[in-house]
Amino acid sequence: MNSNQATPGLSFTAESLRKKFRFSEFFAEKLITSVAFLSIALIILIFFFVFRESLPAFKHRPKATTEQQKITDGNKPESYGSSDTEAGSQKPETYGGAEASAGENKPETYTGSEPAAANKPESYGLVKDTSISADEVNPDASLRPSSEPESEGSLSSLFSNEWFPVSENPRYGLIPLFVGTLKVTLIAMLFAAPIAIFAALFSSSFAPAWLREWIKPAIELLAGFPSVVIGFFALMVMATFLQNLFGYETRLNSFVGGIAMALAAIPVIFTITEDALTAIPASYKEASLALGASKWQTAVFVTLPAATPGIFAAVLLGVGRVFGETMIALMATGNAALSGLNPFESVRTLAATIGAEMAEVVFGDMHYGVLFLIGSMLFIFNFSINAVAEFYVKGKLVKKIQGK
Amino acid sequence: MKIRLKNKIIGGTVTAASALSVILILGIIVIMLVVTFIGGKDTLTWKFLTTFPEEGMMKGGIFPAIYGTALLVIIMSIAAVPFGTITAIYLTEYAHEKSWIAQTIRFAVRTLATVPSIIFGLFGLGFFIKFVGAGMDNWFLGGHLKWAQPNLLWGSLTMALLTLPVVIVSVEEAIRTVPRELREASLALGATKWQTIKRVVLPGSVSGIMTGTILAVGRGAGEVAPILFTGAAYYLATLPTSVSDQFMNLGYHIYVMSTQSANVDQAMPIQFATTLVLLMLTFSLNLTAVLIRSRLRRRMK
Repeated sequence: MNSNQATPGLSFTAESLRKKFRFSEFFAEKLITSVAFLSIALIILIFFFVFRESLPAFKHRPKATTEQQKITDGNKPESYGSSDTEAGSQKPETYGGAEASAGENKPETYTGSEPAAANKPESYGLVKDTSISADEVNPDASLRPSSEPESEGSLSSLFSNEWFPVSENPRYGLIPLFVGTLKVTLIAMLFAAPIAIFAALFSSSFAPAWLREWIKPAIELLAGFPSVVIGFFALMVMATFLQNLFGYETRLNSFVGGIAMALAAIPVIFTITEDALTAIPASYKEASLALGASKWQTAVFVTLPAATPGIFAAVLLGVGRVFGETMIALMATGNAALSGLNPFESVRTLAATIGAEMAEVVFGDMHYGVLFLIGSMLFIFNFSINAVAEFYVKGKLVKKIQGK
Repeated sequence: MKIRLKNKIIGGTVTAASALSVILILGIIVIMLVVTFIGGKDTLTWKFLTTFPEEGMMKGGIFPAIYGTALLVIIMSIAAVPFGTITAIYLTEYAHEKSWIAQTIRFAVRTLATVPSIIFGLFGLGFFIKFVGAGMDNWFLGGHLKWAQPNLLWGSLTMALLTLPVVIVSVEEAIRTVPRELREASLALGATKWQTIKRVVLPGSVSGIMTGTILAVGRGAGEVAPILFTGAAYYLATLPTSVSDQFMNLGYHIYVMSTQSANVDQAMPIQFATTLVLLMLTFSLNLTAVLIRSRLRRRMK
């Protein structure tokens, strides 16, 4: 302080101390800030665009049936199988593995109706008039006057029990898909949660420090396994092994899929649980040990309960991981939309449905919209899980540790 | 005495169960590596890596899939790494730790990290192909269909969005290991904030940016769901020559070969070898990242 006044040549005025405006500084800061906002914008954009593409599900109900009905009236159903592969590869709107998957699973439908659906939405009015016979096939539509309550018809069919998107009378019942997804998730969590939590407990409470430094990165390596590799392993090796072990009928089922997904969920649960357990203040453990509790008593009765919110968050995020897992579901669950509760039955999960069918739909029709609607639901579900894990759990954890 | 014995039994059980869980997980990792290695090692030759598939993909190599995957991760890194690094710089250098903006961005990044990969695929289809691509076709090509279909660019950009959080998190961690004193020294010498970041902070966190890139590449090379409908092709007779071409991909190759090939059993050795290639690639990338990271953490201590 004094030296400032003592130095003769230097005088600090308000003017000289004011921050200079530098354009490059200003520019850099603004640029960096706006790039950082990209992540927020992305979340909004993802929701907006996925939801936007799902709009056809809300309005195109009669079109979907009538279009198809018209096609089936016009052409002989048998002719589709052969022409399908070429037609599929020529249309720009059919994607990815369309040739392969369309040829294998559902040879009928769609390719013929494509130009009309994609290019000329105006033509639907005309089609509607000619298609009263089509409505008779569909019990839903025939019950009501054909013009007004269309959107209700489409929405109510979402709650039916049948998922037959590609047939003369398509039905988009999401219930079997939900049942399948929940079944797989439940099985996966039954395996993943205890194993991962116990492993985290070992790593944080029982293992010596040198071992701990090895366990954590090693398990995190499992997180680096691509899901397609886990799916392949489940499909080729695990499915046969488990079938021989338990002797059930269908080789690919929700049990195999669930165990495979447990492999994907374990690193997620392990990492977060481990972090939560190590974040417990040492004073907790020291107090417990000082009272004469043994190592395992401290771990089970002190550390573990104190970290419950964190473990809860870990399991939630594990559920989110399994819920949206696509490749493993596609490869290991058998992909049949059954809604029974038997764990040894094939199932079709929500995410796998998107992955398997998006390649063969007509852009802008009901099926396309429903797939995007499923996508929106998956996104909302994951977003809420993440929000709960983030805010509720974190708040609780902090309170608990601070002892309020 | 009795209580003590009971305690010992429970304690032993808990310890054993937890140790067993760790062994189980590590065992599964080893089994997966070994099984893929045994299944694929005979087919995996230099020729397999450098030739095209033949006879309906029943024979021949996987060169186009490797090439396509390489292009994908390169374009992806070019897009994801700068954006991820800049976001990390904002979070560590510019934003206040407790400000709502920083909190929201952090929340958004964590959400992005947990969004299922198939949703990115849907977003790529809805945004890049049907919105941006179709818009580009309408504006520049007068409706001629070029960009409004799946291609390498859209696939890579979709993958970049998926790997963005990976980059952000590791770069942020690295920037935090740059000692505060270095920044203060730089500022005290009269450097501006941006000069400090450019000359002191960024050079100090190069290893973190590298880790982030490696992790992102490892993730991007293995993910299939995002490119299912944004660019991956079942089979291509030629290599992609521009970003508007479709491409083949290792993970997608495994998927179609194991679920949709004409004769799954006959193609089994090729499938195992392809899986082995992909697994070795992602495994070695992740291992490298883990090693760099542990060195970084040691430096922090």
